[in-house]
Amino acid sequence: MHISEGVLSGPVLAGGWALAAGGVALGLRRLDYDRIMTVAILSAAFFVASLIHVPIGPASVHLILNGLLGVVLGPAAFPAICIALLLQALLFQFGGLVVLGVNTVDMALPAVLCFLVFGPLLRAGGKARVVGAFCCGFFAVLGAGGLTALALALSGEAFTATAKLILTAHIPIMLIEGVLTAMVVGFLAKVRPEMLSPGLSG
Amino acid sequence: MIDEPLSQGASLVHRRDPRFRLIACLLLSLAAALAVGPAAPLLVLGAGLVLTLLARLPPGLVLRRFVAVNAFVAFLWLALPLTTPGTPVTASFHGLAATREGVVLATLITLKANAVFFCVLSLLATIPAPALGGAMRAVGVPDKFAFLFLFTYRYLHVISDEYGRLATAARLRGFVPATSTHAYRTYAALVAMVLVRAYDRSRRVYQAMVLRGFAGRFVSLDGFAADRGDVAFLIVALAVAVAGGALEIVSWRGHV
Repeated sequence: MHISEGVLSGPVLAGGWALAAGGVALGLRRLDYDRIMTVAILSAAFFVASLIHVPIGPASVHLILNGLLGVVLGPAAFPAICIALLLQALLFQFGGLVVLGVNTVDMALPAVLCFLVFGPLLRAGGKARVVGAFCCGFFAVLGAGGLTALALALSGEAFTATAKLILTAHIPIMLIEGVLTAMVVGFLAKVRPEMLSPGLSG
Repeated sequence: MIDEPLSQGASLVHRRDPRFRLIACLLLSLAAALAVGPAAPLLVLGAGLVLTLLARLPPGLVLRRFVAVNAFVAFLWLALPLTTPGTPVTASFHGLAATREGVVLATLITLKANAVFFCVLSLLATIPAPALGGAMRAVGVPDKFAFLFLFTYRYLHVISDEYGRLATAARLRGFVPATSTHAYRTYAALVAMVLVRAYDRSRRVYQAMVLRGFAGRFVSLDGFAADRGDVAFLIVALAVAVAGGALEIVSWRGHV
């Protein structure tokens, strides 16, 4: 979910950068050098996972996994997502430096909010964990789609239709992300429960 | 899956100091992205095209990236001319008509997106990621962020290979992608296993670094050295960006 360069208006771009800088600074402040390597390599893992295409009917969608990133990394998801997007600009020229702020906020803010809201459910275990994990995956993509649509709508009324289209197109992706996040969290809870502990997510 | 063929080269652009390329890319992108009229994006697009030619990038690759970036622009062309309020220029079809304002807006976005694309392609993508990490620190990005960036990049290929092995193992066991619970469960297990292995690896790498005396600072052997060519290059980039801004102000005054 990318807004390409050249679409958004100046105030939206500046607002995106301000929010992104704040989020990244907050994420970095709570990140000590003990965990920095884990966050770096997990960011790489999420970058790779987001290149996986999952079939849905005759089409296929690529995973976003920002909800799962929030579950595992907590507030450190902000710098992690910013870096993943910077690498996409560097390696594939998707997006650029000016729109990086808005794109970071679109993806990272819902991820961190979901972590804060559903975090207690995740640590409860049993059915609550499944529900919490599904909600993280579902609402993180919903939030990302919503913020992307908002950024477009704020840049001019001409984009309102495009924004609605983007939001609608994301409904099946939300469901898939929710289901996959629930399954991945179940797997991690069995295999590496410490990855879901608040110690890692700060 | 992930490589950076653009960062390899010995062209005029590749020889410029990475810090100066990063700043130039930022300046030119800003001049194009913040413009309200077509003059500044056109100027930056010209500069980006010249730089892309000077960088002597592989033409096939440039074309593929160009098409990928313009797919989103094409999507906007489908919607914007019809959804922008204004004077219709085509016959109405089921109450929908392309408006002059919509076409103007879509043209402007096309110009801006491509202007920034060619700047990113020639100035940012030509910087090898490790040098970009150092350049970010030099222009004031926090150390921790640069550190995260460097190590995310460093392990991208390692983790990508790890995923490749897991995907091969799944295929060998007869896994076929499909829209089914079984397939989704397999994808979830694949993703989870990539994360578990990445996590385990990160603990080992961190322990190895602590063992070698890592205390939070990352010392690089490659220093940056700017020469007069770099300064001249940055001055030209700044001049183009300022000229773009000036054109913008002039045309804006003209409208008022």
